[in-house]
Amino acid sequence: MGNSALANEAVKSVALTGNEAVATAMRQIHPDVVAAYPITPQTEIVQIFSTFVADGLVQTEFVPVESEHSAMSATVGASAAGARAMTATSANGLALMWEVLYIAAGLRLPIVMPVVNRALSAPINIHCDHSDTMGARDSGWIQLYSENAQEAYDNLIQAVRIAEHPEVNLPVMVMMDGFIISHGMENVFLLSDEEVRKFVGERKPHYTLLDAENPITVGPLDLQDFYFEHRRQQAEAMFNADKVVQEVADEFAKLSGRQYEFFEAYKLDDAEMAIVVIGSTAGTAKYVVNELRAKGVKAGLLKMRMFRPFPAARLREALADIPAVAVMDRADSLAACGGPLFGDLRAALYSASKRPLMNNYIYGLGGRDVTLDHIRTVYQDLEEMLRTGEVKREINYLGVRE
Amino acid sequence: MATLKEMASKEELFTGGHRACAGCAFPIAAKLALKAANNPVVVACATGCMEVATTIYPYTAWKSSFIHSAFENAAATISGVEAAWQALTRKGKLDQKFDLIAFGGDGGTYDIGFQALSGAMERGHNILYICYDNGAYMNTGVQRSSATPFGTHTTTSPAGRVQQGKRQLRKDLTQIIAAHGVPYVAQTTTGHWSDYVKKVEKALAVDGPAFINVLAPCRLGWGYPPEDTVKIAQEAVQCCFWPAYEVENGVWRITVKVREKTPVADWLKKQARFRHLFRPGNEGLLEEIQAEVDRKWAELLKRTEESAELSA
Ligand SMILES: Cc1ncc(C[n+]2csc(CCOP(=O)(O)OP(=O)(O)O)c2C)c(N)n1
Ligand code: SF4
Ligand SMILES: [Mg+2]
Repeated sequence: MGNSALANEAVKSVALTGNEAVATAMRQIHPDVVAAYPITPQTEIVQIFSTFVADGLVQTEFVPVESEHSAMSATVGASAAGARAMTATSANGLALMWEVLYIAAGLRLPIVMPVVNRALSAPINIHCDHSDTMGARDSGWIQLYSENAQEAYDNLIQAVRIAEHPEVNLPVMVMMDGFIISHGMENVFLLSDEEVRKFVGERKPHYTLLDAENPITVGPLDLQDFYFEHRRQQAEAMFNADKVVQEVADEFAKLSGRQYEFFEAYKLDDAEMAIVVIGSTAGTAKYVVNELRAKGVKAGLLKMRMFRPFPAARLREALADIPAVAVMDRADSLAACGGPLFGDLRAALYSASKRPLMNNYIYGLGGRDVTLDHIRTVYQDLEEMLRTGEVKREINYLGVRE
Repeated sequence: MATLKEMASKEELFTGGHRACAGCAFPIAAKLALKAANNPVVVACATGCMEVATTIYPYTAWKSSFIHSAFENAAATISGVEAAWQALTRKGKLDQKFDLIAFGGDGGTYDIGFQALSGAMERGHNILYICYDNGAYMNTGVQRSSATPFGTHTTTSPAGRVQQGKRQLRKDLTQIIAAHGVPYVAQTTTGHWSDYVKKVEKALAVDGPAFINVLAPCRLGWGYPPEDTVKIAQEAVQCCFWPAYEVENGVWRITVKVREKTPVADWLKKQARFRHLFRPGNEGLLEEIQAEVDRKWAELLKRTEESAELSA
């Protein structure tokens, strides 16, 4: 984080939980429509936003729908009608939205949705892992993960601009780890309402259902002769998103002093071994990196922010020269070939002339604690990999009774 | 109500050239509803024959705005459109009234979209939901729905050696929505154009949610000659299988008089989907069907009489 944020007098640091920070960002974004349904650990976002509505702090139309399927459906209807529309969910709620997630993306609707990560049933569990949003990784949504409440707040505000950019027009989900971040109290630097209002601007849709002069048909049957072209355009928007995400981050940095990239490279330049991680575990892992660095071990870390679109070329650049890399997945693909991040990252590195030795750790499922010792063992394994030039075990389950 | 002449001179917002079968009734429901509207219209439509036959990219039969999202979410989709209208109007970004109408088939309404419909009705959005009930999942090849009448042959309730069509009674969705206490609920058929148009006008005029269940024969799934589309719908009212009535602010009223109640078998006989019921040995089933029609009709008469007494 740059120091200019602290220097800016308008910047206020407030102690907030992740859910409070996200709800605050929603108030400041001031969407036209929020349609949402409660589910732990996202519930507070809906509750807090409801109080904003009840107290007249926003003019948003809040639609307390009867399910998440309807939450996403109403959000789709609102967005197609020209509104800036948002919802929020977790786990089973996201799973219930599944069908409509693809529709939101396919109809090219710039919906923004915070997702508080939680394990999917069964067995039912309310705590953090990434199995919910990882399952939605190919739904056509842009996915931004956050390490802490500050990032969740910042990502959400940026998401509006990314989604509505005319070259993108895609929905964006912004993730934070359930309970660990959503319920953990942190100091968060807030922008002023005015700054956020100016930054997000007004939505300017090309077409809307509520344009009486120019009626449109949205979502027609699209068969063999056009469907593929429309999918190709959607794919192109994902390619474009890459550029837009960085442009928006740079503009946001000017406003906030906080510069975001596709991923954070932490002590990676001269690293001989690195772990790649998503979400709050990055904080724990950075502590271990510092510990190792103090002992002269060249350890580094890469924290993913943008998972969709997958910044493959940049990741290749950042990781190809590092001799040993461990990929940490807080979700299992259950495909008996490692987690989703591992699969994508290995594919990204395939075309590199020099490739690291790589292994995968599935960890933290159902909210299982990730301790410093866990991370230390990962780096120990990496050291051994370096020494022997061999990957002893490719897919590892970390912190579980086996 | 607009006269026939006035209606005829209004712009067609639902145009020809769509690909519904000859003798299909839902186009009547779509066309007349849009004719009855006095504001620009936004239609949300569920997946089903209506959507599939009227919007095939790059063509559309709709000159109003139209959105199709999925099979089960037309009510939620139109809720979102309404919420957008509320917010944009409140924020001063929009100054235009709209008539917001959702269409769903019986499958998309009675079955898979039932929850979304109930939710939208309970939340009180200013919308009109029109179910065009053709008594089965026609788009996917005539499978039974909870709207399919008892005894009907469909592809998932076939008349076979040991079973004679659908074994369950149909769900009475109109009454279920009436039980939501919304300001306006009605049912009618595509064969009663003036009753239907009047109902759409009333439904659009109320402040809050309204629901119309319009029986819309499917020539393919029902098996009748295409020229009989209007007649077959009218006869459903005359035999009291499908009474035309409304529930306006809790007051129940029959809107199409039944002068002489005809035997339901006369109506069933004209449709291939009931052919097996006329085979020897199935007389009991016909009697059961008649008894159920009589029971429901008596129940409705009682309701309307009570309403008349209460409002007198
Ligand atoms: C979630 C989902 N399940 C199933 C389908 C397949 N499907 C499309 S239309 C349809 C039946 C439609 O029946 P109805 O609502 O009665 O409309 P109709 O075709 O009879 O006009 C079905 C089963 C679907 N599109 N989506
Ligand atoms: S199958 Fe039936 S409902 Fe579908 S278009 Fe043909 S007649 Fe109409
Ligand atoms: Mg049907």
